[in-house]
Amino acid sequence: MKRTAFINARLIDPATNLDAPGGLLVEGGKIADVGPRLFNDSRPANADVIDCAGQVLGPGLIDLRVFTGEPGAEHRETLASAGESAAAGGVTSFAMMPVTDPVIDDAALVDFIKRRAAANAKVNVYPCAALTQGLEGALMAEIGLLQEAGAVAFTDADRTIASTLIMRRCLTYAANYDALVIAHAEDPALAAVGHMNEGAFAARMGLGGIPAAAEAIIVERDMRLVELTGARYHLGQVSTAAALEVIAKAKARGLPVTCAVSAHHLVLNEQDVGEYKTFAKVSPALRTEDDRKAMVEGVRSGTIDAIVSSHDPQAPETKRLPFAQAAYGAVGLETLLPAALSAHHEAGVSLIDVLRRLSLAPANLLRLPAGRLTKGAPADLIVFDPGAPRKIDPSEFRSRSKNSPFKGRLMQGRVSRTMVAGTTVFQAT
Amino acid sequence: MTGLFARQHLLAIAPLTRQEIESLLDLGAEYVDLNRQVSKKRDTLRGRTLINLFFEPSTRTQSSFELAGKRLGADTMNMSVNQSSLKKGETLIDTATTLNAMRPDIIVIRHQDSGAVALLADKVSCSVVNAGDGAHEHPTQALLDALTIRRRLGKIEGLTVAICGDVLHSRVARSNVHLLTKLGARVRLVAPRTLMPSGAATWGAEVFHDMREGIKGADIVMMLRVQMERMTGAFLPSQREYFHFYGLDREKLALAKPGALVMHPGPMNRGVEIDSAIADDIDRSLIHEQVEMGVAARMAVLDALSRQLPNAERKQ
Repeated sequence: MKRTAFINARLIDPATNLDAPGGLLVEGGKIADVGPRLFNDSRPANADVIDCAGQVLGPGLIDLRVFTGEPGAEHRETLASAGESAAAGGVTSFAMMPVTDPVIDDAALVDFIKRRAAANAKVNVYPCAALTQGLEGALMAEIGLLQEAGAVAFTDADRTIASTLIMRRCLTYAANYDALVIAHAEDPALAAVGHMNEGAFAARMGLGGIPAAAEAIIVERDMRLVELTGARYHLGQVSTAAALEVIAKAKARGLPVTCAVSAHHLVLNEQDVGEYKTFAKVSPALRTEDDRKAMVEGVRSGTIDAIVSSHDPQAPETKRLPFAQAAYGAVGLETLLPAALSAHHEAGVSLIDVLRRLSLAPANLLRLPAGRLTKGAPADLIVFDPGAPRKIDPSEFRSRSKNSPFKGRLMQGRVSRTMVAGTTVFQAT
Repeated sequence: MTGLFARQHLLAIAPLTRQEIESLLDLGAEYVDLNRQVSKKRDTLRGRTLINLFFEPSTRTQSSFELAGKRLGADTMNMSVNQSSLKKGETLIDTATTLNAMRPDIIVIRHQDSGAVALLADKVSCSVVNAGDGAHEHPTQALLDALTIRRRLGKIEGLTVAICGDVLHSRVARSNVHLLTKLGARVRLVAPRTLMPSGAATWGAEVFHDMREGIKGADIVMMLRVQMERMTGAFLPSQREYFHFYGLDREKLALAKPGALVMHPGPMNRGVEIDSAIADDIDRSLIHEQVEMGVAARMAVLDALSRQLPNAERKQ
């Protein structure tokens, strides 16, 4: 049986609050042993040895929000290229949004994605299925059959279900199967007339604005519905301080609610739209600097459970357009770690808490055994240097799409090795 | 025997006592025997007029009442809404008072709105039988179900009955919960959360959302009809998903008590809520027996009510 030993590592395991020098042994694709004293006195026998040279060894990142183009838009991203991109970014598992052509709202398509991903993607791909048929927000999808086929969560991705009645019934039905619902919070009518955050900047640019209240209105509504239905609710991306406050109150009341923030919203604000940069057109919109700071504080306090890449590959024909006509979305798999680490480097959030939001918390949400350095857990691991400086160059991305709002930005954090089930799937050169 | 049931109307099971229910069942049992003879005719309701007033289409309930009335010697008349002047804009109460002026003795009413039958009963001087009002009650269905169970298993006390399906919209479920719990059965309600009314747990029945759990060890599995229009995405995503999780097939039925019996108020959606192999299994399915008991139970109700009519002849 193949054995791999990591030595001279700085072990960080959010599950046990461990941050200490030590070693880890992988056997048969699983973590066989781990600990601060492991390999202190003896060299591992019959094993390939990887010397981490003091770099961090932690659980691989688990990204709850990734769009691919397969099936239907393979020129933007395939499962294979998304897998390459994820591996390079230290992401060992991702939940895939059902926004494909055809939409993943049928058990046969869940099966298709799982088979294609197993054959072609280097990392674990967990398909999410549509909450409503065709993502149309009208008729509920076959949540029970889709879950049996392997869908890990139910979401209309970047669409909000406008009808409170339909949202209620979807949540009620999801609760019947203890299924996780991932919601998007933007009042559809308010959002329809805007393209970026509403405020002085949008006004000066002459762009229609989406008010912060568009998010809070839906989150307020949804919290009432969660209370009514008992469904497991995850807000896919929070972007405003106002909505975060609503989530915090709901959590304090004991509702089964969680939320995530995208790495973009941790680092960027509305000013980054600059001169109509369409790569900074994301949904929800980049908000004010105060909102961004509130997101960082949410990561620190744990009100925000997870950090996601919200990786959304777009091609030049959907982005090289006037701002109002351009598609929403930015790639993010290969910048997730450095962008998340900015909360550590610039705001002093502990490294273990940043890693917790990127691994253990999303694993627990999807009820995966990964995301922890525990004996018997899958050997989905990353080795990274959290302080290594780099300038983001999208031309180096493994992703087929290069629409990154971080282009040219100086960031810190470099993945040197990514392992999935005991096999190295990425190694920095 | 029926001395205990002394009401002008039968509008619901909820207000009845166990003794009243049992007296109706005892009387029903007598009519089952009568209905199996060559001559099924009695003159209990001779000279009486029975009107079947159906605002909602029905085949089996209406014909069952019609036959019950005829076997008891009443003059019966069927009125359904598409023939009546309701189509011409007459109010519900005007229709009732008009009919009342024709001096019927008993009116059997079905209406799509909960409470509508009680509203009409208030406005007429004759007896009224509720043949189903909205999602409220369908008392004669519960009586015929109880009669069916009692004849097959000899008792109701102590049995476990799982009522499965669209509880939210079902008057059959509500009447059965009342009746079966009054008679000492343990009742379980099984439905997906979208088809389970909030507060069902306070009805004296146990609530289940997983059918396998809900029918475990049950003596009787009572399936409810699910209307097709509920299975296109509003309450349920599809028929195939419903059948997969809530349809009664051999595999799920195997979890009930060995030899457990299956009931359905009809009309059935084969392959949606019940597998044909079970519906047609003469060892397990009571579905045809329920139809037979329906006539007898309704004869018992009409007979009992007629004894309370103002000018009734006193019988032994």
